[in-house]
Amino acid sequence: MLWVKDLAVRYGPTTALDGADIEIDRGEIVAVMGPSGSGKSTLLYALAGLVRPERGEIRLGDRRIDNLSDTERSRLRLRSYGFVLQFGDLVPELSLRENVELPLRLLKVRRAEAAARAESMLRMLEVDRVADRRPGQVSGGQAQRAAVARALVHRPEIIVADEPTGALDSSAGELVLDALTGLAREQGSTVVLVTHEGRVAAYADRTVFLRDGRVIDGDFA
Amino acid sequence: MARVSVPLTLLGLLESAAQHGYTLRQRYDELFSGARPLKSAQVYATLQRLARDGLVDFAGIAAGEGPDRRLYAISSAGVCELERWLGEPEVPEVAATRRVLFAKVVIALTSGRSAAELLDRQRQAHLARMREMRAARQSGDVIAQLDADFEMYHLDADLKWIDGAQARLDRLAAVVRGADLRPEDS
Repeated sequence: MLWVKDLAVRYGPTTALDGADIEIDRGEIVAVMGPSGSGKSTLLYALAGLVRPERGEIRLGDRRIDNLSDTERSRLRLRSYGFVLQFGDLVPELSLRENVELPLRLLKVRRAEAAARAESMLRMLEVDRVADRRPGQVSGGQAQRAAVARALVHRPEIIVADEPTGALDSSAGELVLDALTGLAREQGSTVVLVTHEGRVAAYADRTVFLRDGRVIDGDFA
Repeated sequence: MARVSVPLTLLGLLESAAQHGYTLRQRYDELFSGARPLKSAQVYATLQRLARDGLVDFAGIAAGEGPDRRLYAISSAGVCELERWLGEPEVPEVAATRRVLFAKVVIALTSGRSAAELLDRQRQAHLARMREMRAARQSGDVIAQLDADFEMYHLDADLKWIDGAQARLDRLAAVVRGADLRPEDS
């Protein structure tokens, strides 16, 4: 479903990815691990079309996506991707509810339907009681669960998560991971999860390991 | 490697109420399902030793035949012994896995094999075990969850060691080469 072959990305003189190969099935949850600077976040951002590769190919289903224009990639990201980053990155001026409604509103879903879907997602993640507060007025764990709700609310094909529990203590982190992986499995979304924690990687179906910009330890069919 | 002391654990289980050997064994198996199940003979032999050492008392014999009828209770000396055990922190031990793994890494380096690949394989084995533990944690009760947590945190520490070892393989290789004991170099 997500297919990457010989991917290379450079930032100026620095080679971040150097011939990375990976294949991920629909609905699969894959953890990406590796030392600092191994290229794991770059791989994630390349998969999400946030970084343009210098070489190689990325396919989402039958569609090649690495050579799309910026506008096409933005559209693809909005429709097909959900993001959970280390610090949530919710819009600080909006309430949790408005943050969760945001992808639906951008996708032109009717206001009433967007509100109902956001409410249902907030309830499933048990943050409905604080939904009208802003991100700065709730705990880190609650904000991160709202970020998970925002990532999943439009039922994207792929969720990319970059150290989603890196800023949380272990019990708050577990709640976030239970929610993220549980709901993603329920709605059949693929998850690519960058982490340096074995306990987080244990939520995945399998783990690929990167070193020096290559996948050196994992399955490539 | 530290092992759970069966006599002290049985002593601890007796503190809340006097029990027959049979119920004591059942309780042990129920609470420590991760440990090897106890045999009846082991329970009775242990209780007799505890009685000989004055740590348990006979608290009566129920009607009927056989050792199952005998009721055991913790003595005051037993309570002291239990308090001593519970009060002493365990000596932190380096997991056996890491000692074996270190030996394998060194041997891989001295024999010209790939220590990096060895560590990669070990990482995948650890991650696979962690996935099993996570599944067990999800389906189990609180005892199974705590059991799984304990192993998960230790496996996580091993993973960090694996990463650290991998990052320092070149330095380790240099040290190992310096200590090379092959006949032509000795």
